[in-house]
Amino acid sequence: MDAKVISIIAAAVAVSVGSIGPALGEGRSVAAAMDAIARQPEAAGTISRTLFVGLAMIETMAIYCLVIALILLFANPFA
Amino acid sequence: MTQGSPLATTVVFHVGPLLVTRPVVTTWGIMTVLAVGSWLLTRRLRPEPSRRQAILELVVSGIESQIGEVVRQDARPLLPLLGTLFIFLLTANICGVVPGIQAPTGKIETPAALALIVFLSVHCFGVRARGLLGYLGSFAQPKLIMLPLNVLSEITRTFSLMVRLFGNIMSGEFLIALVLALTGLLVPIPLMALELLVGVVQAYIFFVLATVFIGAAVGGEANETSEAVASPATPVE
Repeated sequence: MDAKVISIIAAAVAVSVGSIGPALGEGRSVAAAMDAIARQPEAAGTISRTLFVGLAMIETMAIYCLVIALILLFANPFA
Repeated sequence: MTQGSPLATTVVFHVGPLLVTRPVVTTWGIMTVLAVGSWLLTRRLRPEPSRRQAILELVVSGIESQIGEVVRQDARPLLPLLGTLFIFLLTANICGVVPGIQAPTGKIETPAALALIVFLSVHCFGVRARGLLGYLGSFAQPKLIMLPLNVLSEITRTFSLMVRLFGNIMSGEFLIALVLALTGLLVPIPLMALELLVGVVQAYIFFVLATVFIGAAVGGEANETSEAVASPATPVE
């Protein structure tokens, strides 16, 4: 296998494996926020703002994987 | 493989050795529209507002109250920078739906420039609020040994601010182009609606994170928020 094929496979692995963790984390945090809003509907504004910011933080990990995949595909230093 | 790469940009024209790329031209267009639009809207302000002025006041005071809720102090000094940032990002993210226009935030340079602006203004506001020594001393909190980590977190959070905006907008455009190439003409419309939502949410997130960073730089230890704890003092039951 030459470097091009290896980097295509590596890009696919990076995105697929790297999105598992953020998906689980986002699911947990949305579930917790739903629970909190159901218990305290008057705090919904604060909770959803914090939720959005937190989701952005978690999502960054998946975006990092995407960037790695893009670098491997389009700006590969070895292939 | 480099054809159609999301990291490459098309050059529109040259000014001497400078290459002016397409996102830059789009950004100039958005800047012109926003500047002329706000000049036209604020030309005749009256104490008893017309309908147009009422909407304008609603937008401005809404942004101000959002900033105030995050920084827990007077939002007025931060309003011009952060409000402009939010409105610009909102326009830039959703202008991709207009045919023939690409969202400038979908290329790496525009988010990089915006993140750099946030990075520099955090230090400007911090030095102005606490004095040079006081602000530099805040990097050695809570212990001197934390100094490298604090400096590192300044850099990485700016980087992640850039990559987050770029990745979200670019991947949306990429997805739409891919679906359009694989299927028919009208199929990607639900995806474009989703992309509108993502654009608004990303503009909001960028704005809130910039507010949190600046708020942490101006505030004292009571307001010292790291990136993970983005909202101050959420009420718990």
